Amino acid sequence: MSDNKVKVATCSLAGCFGCHMSFLDIDERIVDLINHVRFDRSPLTDIKEVGHCAIGLVEGGLCNEENVEVLKAFRENCDLLVSVGACAINGGVPAMRNNIPLEECLETAYVNGIGVVDPQIPQHEDIPPLLNKVLPIHEAVHVDYFLPGCPPPADAFWELLTAVLENREPNLDYSLRHFD
Amino acid sequence: MSDQTIPCIELNGKPIPFQAGESIMQAATQAGVYIPHLCHHPDVSPHGSCRVCIVKVNGRVKASCITPAEEGAVVESECDEIRQLRKRLIQMLFVEGNHFCPSCEMSGQCQLQALAYDLNMLDTHFDHFYPNRAIDCTHPDIILDRDRCINCDLCVRASAQIDNKQALSLGGRGQQTHLQANCESGLLKDSGIESQDKAMHICPVGALLPKNNHYPQITGERIYDKAPISEVGNVRPENHQGDQTKGPIS
Ligand code: SF4
Ligand code: SF4
Ligand code: FES
Repeated sequence: MSDNKVKVATCSLAGCFGCHMSFLDIDERIVDLINHVRFDRSPLTDIKEVGHCAIGLVEGGLCNEENVEVLKAFRENCDLLVSVGACAINGGVPAMRNNIPLEECLETAYVNGIGVVDPQIPQHEDIPPLLNKVLPIHEAVHVDYFLPGCPPPADAFWELLTAVLENREPNLDYSLRHFD
Repeated sequence: MSDQTIPCIELNGKPIPFQAGESIMQAATQAGVYIPHLCHHPDVSPHGSCRVCIVKVNGRVKASCITPAEEGAVVESECDEIRQLRKRLIQMLFVEGNHFCPSCEMSGQCQLQALAYDLNMLDTHFDHFYPNRAIDCTHPDIILDRDRCINCDLCVRASAQIDNKQALSLGGRGQQTHLQANCESGLLKDSGIESQDKAMHICPVGALLPKNNHYPQITGERIYDKAPISEVGNVRPENHQGDQTKGPIS
């Protein structure tokens, strides 16, 4: 199925999917959008591997080794990489653990926590090891555009995508620039 | 003739009068021209530490809050070069502390955040320090959240110069610089600071906070939700009601 549509991939790393939900708040404009874009790897398509795309939207920062792998695959395959939301840009809420040693976090959650049954720190080859600190994605790869906000407003997604489709620089109005 | 002429600087192409001894910042404020600033407040002596108020004076970059106005000086406060330098300064302040705006009581009312918005700062650019900073909750009415403190020294000066208390001071050096209670225990509860002190009503960010009455303003109606700080000025929540700002804009 080949067409002239612009390919877009999206993923959520150490995020809460709130940015994706906000993206869907473009509402009926999504009908317009799918006339021009085709979604590649994304929670919206369930495609697991990212192929060559014009735009990659990355929600969330880096909290484990799998996040780093996915981010690198996005960087290799996407012409433009967009850091979407507070967590991708500065680590966000997950990075609030950065001042607590990782071991202490795990022990509080899985060993000493209130109501914990069968206390043990989960370990399995399918569980990606956590990084010592949660990092914003620009500390690991080059990022082309940033959409701040927790989450960014739907209109910010719309402005970014229409700008790229129209081959111009995105320009976020004052009302679309916020960190909360 | 010349000794009767009021001395002027040229600010962004327009003549601005000043009185002998005034800084460029003071002259600009009098003339209603906003120059971004964080560690400056008209009620206390200048500090010159945040550098956000940089302007070009006869081609050289200087901090306007500590640079005296001089007859004929050509000053630019909004050229691209200055705006870019200012944005980098704001980004440094963000990565140097721990600023998680979505959960901050001052979000939407914070002057650091508002300057970031106004400078079209969309990212933090630098690597984050994620410093480990202690919070002080010992006072019955006041919290000091050092994660968000930018060491601007405003509360220190307000306490000394207006409250006549010297309840606070900056300790340490370089990256270790931190706000401390100026007493043997180093704790807020022993510092003599009180809610009605000027020191409690001058913080440009969400660092020195009252323990009650958080998030009183709904999103969309906070100080910097609708208009940028360059139009609204550095306003504290207690001096702001809806679209009305009480008192002079600084
Ligand atoms: S003090 Fe300002 S910049 Fe820092 S977290 Fe709070 S709102 Fe954000
Ligand atoms: S608590 Fe606020 S006013 Fe005091 S030094 Fe820190 S940022 Fe400045
Ligand atoms: S306002 Fe002038 S250096 Fe901070």
